[in-house]
Amino acid sequence: MATTSHMFMYSLTIQPPTAVTQAILGQFAGTKEQQIVTASGSKLTIHRPDPTQGKVTPLFSQDVFGIIRSLSAFRLAGSNKDYIIIGSDSGRITVIEYVPSQNRFSRIHLETFGKSGVRRVIPGQYLAVDPKGRACLIASVEKNKLVYVLNRNSQAELTISSPLEAHKPQTLVFAMTALDVGYENPIFAALEVDYSESDQDPTGQAFEEVEKLLVYYELDLGLNHVVRKWVDPVDRTSTMLFQVPGGADGPSGVLVCAEDSVTYRHSNQDAFRVPIPRRKGPTENPERKRYITAGVMHKMRGAFFFLLQTEDGDLFKLTIDMVEDDNGQLTGEVKRLKIKYFDTVPVASSLLILKSGFLYVASEAGNHDFYQFEKLGDDDEEIEFSSESFSADPSVPLEPVYFQPRSSENLNLVETINSLNPLIDSKIANLSEEDAPQIYTISGAGARSTFRTLKHGLEVSEIVDSELPSVPSAVWTTKLTRGDEFDAYIILSFANGTLVLSIGETVEEVTDTGFLSSAPTLAVQQLGEDSLIQIHPRGIRHIMVDRRVNEWPAPQHRSIVAAATNERQVAVALSSGEIVYFEMDSDGTLAEYDERRQMSGTVTCLSLGEVSEGRVRSAFLAVGCDDSTVRILSLDPDSTLENKSVQALTAAPSALNIMSMSDSSSGGTTLYLHIGLYSGVYLRTVLDEVTGELSDTRTRFLGSKPVKLFQVSVKGQTAVLALSSRPWLGYSDIQTKGFMLTPLDYVPLEWGWNFSSEQCVEGMVGIQGQNLRIFSIEKLDNNMLQQSIPLSYTPRRFLKHPEQPLFYIIESDNNVLSPSTRAKLLEDSKARTGDETVLPPEEFGYPRASGHWASCIQVVDPVHAKAVVSTIELEENEAAVSIAAVPFASQDDETFLVVGTAKDMAVNPLSSAGGYIHIYRFQEDGRELEFIHKTKVEDPPLALLGFQGRLVAGIGSLLRIYDLGMKQLLRKCHAQVVPKTIVGLQTQGSRIVVSDVRESVTYVVYKYQENVLIPFVDDSVSRWTTSTAMVDYETVAGGDKFGNIWLLRCPKKISEQADEDGSGAHLIHERGYLHGTPNRLELMIHVYTQDIPTSLHKTQLVAGGRDILVWSGFQGTIGMLVPFIGREDVDFFQNLEMQLAAQNPPLAGRDHLIYRSYYAPVKGVIDGDLCETYFLLSNDTKMMIAAELDRSVREIERKISDMRTRVAY
Amino acid sequence: MADKLRTLQNLEAMQARYVGTGHADTTKYEWVSNIVRDSYASYIGHPPMLSYMAVGMGEPREKVRAMMIEKMVRGAGNPPETQE
Repeated sequence: MATTSHMFMYSLTIQPPTAVTQAILGQFAGTKEQQIVTASGSKLTIHRPDPTQGKVTPLFSQDVFGIIRSLSAFRLAGSNKDYIIIGSDSGRITVIEYVPSQNRFSRIHLETFGKSGVRRVIPGQYLAVDPKGRACLIASVEKNKLVYVLNRNSQAELTISSPLEAHKPQTLVFAMTALDVGYENPIFAALEVDYSESDQDPTGQAFEEVEKLLVYYELDLGLNHVVRKWVDPVDRTSTMLFQVPGGADGPSGVLVCAEDSVTYRHSNQDAFRVPIPRRKGPTENPERKRYITAGVMHKMRGAFFFLLQTEDGDLFKLTIDMVEDDNGQLTGEVKRLKIKYFDTVPVASSLLILKSGFLYVASEAGNHDFYQFEKLGDDDEEIEFSSESFSADPSVPLEPVYFQPRSSENLNLVETINSLNPLIDSKIANLSEEDAPQIYTISGAGARSTFRTLKHGLEVSEIVDSELPSVPSAVWTTKLTRGDEFDAYIILSFANGTLVLSIGETVEEVTDTGFLSSAPTLAVQQLGEDSLIQIHPRGIRHIMVDRRVNEWPAPQHRSIVAAATNERQVAVALSSGEIVYFEMDSDGTLAEYDERRQMSGTVTCLSLGEVSEGRVRSAFLAVGCDDSTVRILSLDPDSTLENKSVQALTAAPSALNIMSMSDSSSGGTTLYLHIGLYSGVYLRTVLDEVTGELSDTRTRFLGSKPVKLFQVSVKGQTAVLALSSRPWLGYSDIQTKGFMLTPLDYVPLEWGWNFSSEQCVEGMVGIQGQNLRIFSIEKLDNNMLQQSIPLSYTPRRFLKHPEQPLFYIIESDNNVLSPSTRAKLLEDSKARTGDETVLPPEEFGYPRASGHWASCIQVVDPVHAKAVVSTIELEENEAAVSIAAVPFASQDDETFLVVGTAKDMAVNPLSSAGGYIHIYRFQEDGRELEFIHKTKVEDPPLALLGFQGRLVAGIGSLLRIYDLGMKQLLRKCHAQVVPKTIVGLQTQGSRIVVSDVRESVTYVVYKYQENVLIPFVDDSVSRWTTSTAMVDYETVAGGDKFGNIWLLRCPKKISEQADEDGSGAHLIHERGYLHGTPNRLELMIHVYTQDIPTSLHKTQLVAGGRDILVWSGFQGTIGMLVPFIGREDVDFFQNLEMQLAAQNPPLAGRDHLIYRSYYAPVKGVIDGDLCETYFLLSNDTKMMIAAELDRSVREIERKISDMRTRVAY
Repeated sequence: MADKLRTLQNLEAMQARYVGTGHADTTKYEWVSNIVRDSYASYIGHPPMLSYMAVGMGEPREKVRAMMIEKMVRGAGNPPETQE
């Protein structure tokens, strides 16, 4: 097929992944302050922890277009800046630094060592750096280890040597760390298993006897050579290593963490072993052994300690005592290990201890936490277990030790950072009846699971909300003199008067201000040095500092309809369509310009820009007329009130605002004219500062009401507050400086104005109905608001009630005791010992036991109650696996909730004792569920769907249609349609799209007359489908477990054939092709996203936007695919992609095109994330690319931002 | 003849360098063992995939990772008896 006829989509991330693969700590800015660098998916983000406020704020985030597998920070001796090494899938080692002045990452070294991709023998999995920053070791899971020597040259630049090999074939590495050896030759420690003998021995004897070895690799700096220095067997179950401080700080060596024990090992020391304490409690299994899953070592003032975390989330403090010599000096010889319970925090993928006394927990599931240390658990009553009571020999079994978990004593939670990881399912619906739909998600694991509502918007903090005596039409604030820092008055205009309030300790009415109180006000301005003006329909009142008033009356039979002011100029429009212009004299009086300008229609709005620094006037006046035009008039003394340019609009303008804002295209600030229309449309155009030409107009629909525009100040930048049926804020993005327009999560306002007082420096004042509101916006970096509702167990699937704003969530947790078992154990324990303490599961998790399942169905009301409204726990070790709402034709189309469960399911390898299909009736508008009956099926029904008034279920590889009977479901028809296991169903008409766990999708047609299911088209590639969505009758979009998104289409002819009237005999008798169906699907698009798609939707995200494909990813990504309409845009973006990939190659050294083609060549997809990196480039590079593409920088930026804003946020 | 020798040498170099490169006498056991080990190495190396499986199993990621490397030791089970 010719490429010109092909379909193209623009793939863009709306919200980047929030799962943290690894987090590291260092002084990356070269100052004393420590920063946190996290890797999430392909994103590398640097965060600044603020010790005074106890907050973590992201500074900069970059997409490296590669898989970040390991990170490490290191510092050259004598330097005060940490560098970052990235182990990725590029087959290259990357050394980068953070440049604080530009707020960017910059690559210093990129050395190729092997093939790209994540492979068994290509290093990248493990990364260890000598604590003195002299060498690093990068290793693969099997065989390969490469050592790079890091040094500096005479210019104090970092140098990297060619790699030294330390390969050992047929050896697997479990863990790796660098030893702290001071300034002796660097040593790296690895936990290894050699499988060569086990692979040769048919009896299995050798496998049984395989040893796990602790191996020291020494880099001889003199000989430039790596040797296997020391090998010693350790506990067979060991999985982790931690570096023990050496040199002057400690004994050096490593901690080896195994099942149930932690052992100290070093080549010249004895071994010391302590057990990992187990939880005490009535519901705990005393036999269950723990593993260490995360940990951190912290050094301070000569002392050090470890915090080690088990799979339950319990933190243990481990300390090492050293032998003292006769003088009481430490000898560097280890005396004992001590371990005791510290606190419990969520299970972490990384733990970081900051020098400022904070603990950063990058959680494996759910929100990341930031804790402050209250104390270090030094003098508490926890039992300490010492290595002196235990043998260090791994073959000697350990006597178990126990501790009592308790609520936090040492750590104090100061901030949680929202994370959607793992995001298991999502739905997009507009339940709160706003302009744009919300995204509903289920995420998290175990007791930390949540149901979240995601909404596009900025968070607003309200300061004042007070009712006024009558409904005001407008509000202003003003200073009294030019030098004032804060506003002094709030002026409110009513239909028949004006009210002045003074701002002080309290806000109260003042009357002796010189303001005319008997008429409404049109504008208020602080003019010149110290005077004020009030513009009302009958004239202009100039109030001097000594309360003298100069009044300029409007001409007879005419009134003022619109006004614009700044600190030196005033322009008013009369009802006759005339514009009168005033300028302030040197003596502080307003002088009228002797000519009036007659406009063609009635003037609806005016705007004067601000007088910029060093100027005497703003050069332009913007005039909006009811003939749907905006004119720019010159205010230059030589050409006063002459036309400069005209812009035609689609409706009459309701508001204008000339404002200079920071701009990504020029790098500085640019003058913009903001235009609001009566139709609710908002436009932003660039106003040329010299010629007054208008260019680069961008349009956005804001709401159903006429738009009003106000200049406000937020977080130190000039922003525009646009009010329509909901309030919006236009501002520059903190990182890209690109213009953002985001709705405020606030009541609709009729009027707004800037507000600044001592208590609230950057606030806004607004009118809503009869209320005066003062509010501020604290954060501009997050425009997705989250509201979360806690759930009981790991959510698996959910669905929305067909009519009501309710969600039904099925949840299940493996290896967790069910509530009834827990209750029984508690009962037993109460009878025996009287112990019935129950730990809150949100903090401590549920009691675990292998083979058990805890599962439930929960009903969530996210709109009104904002909580779980009812819960049904499943009994008898059943775990819910699928859910559907099915209207049964045989029950007068009443909709029932159908839940599929699996009994005694084991995940690895997958097995179960069959499954059930439960039927529930909706009660009380769906808030309660009534159990009707359940039907046993041979395999867990992993997919359920309502289909033509009946239920279709995927049971193993069988597709089956059921009708609802009195006692159970009645089997109507079934067929084997896929090779392995059905995991998803979609339908339109009489077509069912069946997705298989590993064999992509199959289209099945149901012939009603004959009651047969006939698969007629399937795929030629096996895709391990996770989720699918029908895009149209022929096309299905899907995602797979490897992180690909694809679109498959059934050829038109085959689609028509399948729906031909008649028995379908022609379909049944058609000969299958290569053991499949007779026909094959065509691949339309294919792209690698890295994150595993968990749901796909064809939907709209903004009011008036087009249909797009929105997907959610397992690690918390929300992305979208936007179809291109014209070929022209595709060509442009393809060229841009090419230029960007060449001019700004990905940071970690992965080729962009190869990355997006990870499993299959990228097809029909433009990478929007790459295109958006254009905003982050330096001006020179931007211009270079623009020149290559034969366009202006502004044009390119406009095209890129339009792709996003037209359909999404 | 020299060409053939060079090809053979190249192949041997490849086999030494890239574990799993096959040869004319690759047995089923070797092939399956390689597939098993390659698969587990890939699961561990792709962070989303590891998390996905960890959530499925209801275990922490670190435990699943260690378990998978443990399975790499085993490969495809005991090798077949060699016939002399």
